[in-house]
Amino acid sequence: MNRVQVSLRELFTGFLGLGLMAFGGAMPLARRTIVEQRRWLTPEEFTELLGLCQFLPGGNVINLSVAIGMRFRGVAGSIAAMSGLIGGPTAIVIALGVIYERTQNNPYVQHLFAGLAAAAAGLLVAMAVKIALPLRGRPAAIAIAVLGFAAIAVLRVPLLPTMLVLTPLSIAVATRRTATGNAQ
Amino acid sequence: MTQTLIALALIFGELSLLAFGGGNTTLPEMHRQVVDVHHWMTGTEFSALYALAQAAPGPNLMVVPLIGWHVAGWQGLIVTTVAKMGPSSIITMLVLHAWERFKDRPWRRAVQAGLVPVTTGLVAASALLIAKSADTHWVSWAITGVCAVLTIRTRIHPLWLLLGGSLIGLTGFGQ
Repeated sequence: MNRVQVSLRELFTGFLGLGLMAFGGAMPLARRTIVEQRRWLTPEEFTELLGLCQFLPGGNVINLSVAIGMRFRGVAGSIAAMSGLIGGPTAIVIALGVIYERTQNNPYVQHLFAGLAAAAAGLLVAMAVKIALPLRGRPAAIAIAVLGFAAIAVLRVPLLPTMLVLTPLSIAVATRRTATGNAQ
Repeated sequence: MTQTLIALALIFGELSLLAFGGGNTTLPEMHRQVVDVHHWMTGTEFSALYALAQAAPGPNLMVVPLIGWHVAGWQGLIVTTVAKMGPSSIITMLVLHAWERFKDRPWRRAVQAGLVPVTTGLVAASALLIAKSADTHWVSWAITGVCAVLTIRTRIHPLWLLLGGSLIGLTGFGQ
């Protein structure tokens, strides 16, 4: 099935490079590395595998590393690819954490972190807006999104019950929408 | 200590299985457990760790090992990372072969489409929560707002925004 042979070492180093270079989201870089540079997957295979990774729980790029590792080298490949992907960033983030903990009582560091945290929050707000825009003109979907937002952010309901109620409801709405879409 | 590690494993193991739509959907639950339920850190510390993870390269979830390390050192780092990455990865491995069979089924499309509005609500909740923890003054709210608008309207690289926010913060203006 696989036209290319990929070793454990290549899986590890490929995803190590990807993890270390992926600032502000790894997905665009993942496509470039996997499809264009390393040619592990064709564009069609990449899109299809990404569909699976977005469907399942877990980070999309992390799932992608697991799926690609599994495809070429089984469980060992998955472990090699995922540890490559998160190994470098984990080391960097812990190094930053050590610096933060040693210096967090310094007023300059506190000020700097207040600004950094505010900017990081802005990136997340932008992501929320970008995800919400495609729901325009779909009142049922918007109602579910608002219910989820209210339950988690306002009422502080735990995630598990929120998802157990809203996910089946939302899937039912989507099923009806697909059914009427097919009928037309 | 063992109790803390077990609690970390249970919390992040559950989050791993609930992380539909990527890692950011689970931030409010992470915040609720770590700050409100277990009091391992304050809301401000949580938003600072989140900001650190955003400033580092890598996938979305890099705040997870950082929380584990902050709560329980190296053991915490390993326990949270394995608990958060393990269960969802095992599901990915198991489902990979079945995917060929069900990827074109109507129910697969309905489930995937149905998850989108839920994910949207959860990411919006994450954004509000992180902004509320991070923004204590009108200047920090302004930084958040400007960064959000610039990200939506332009193709500016996020690192420039993080750098700009840090520099404005460093001046101490409004703090």
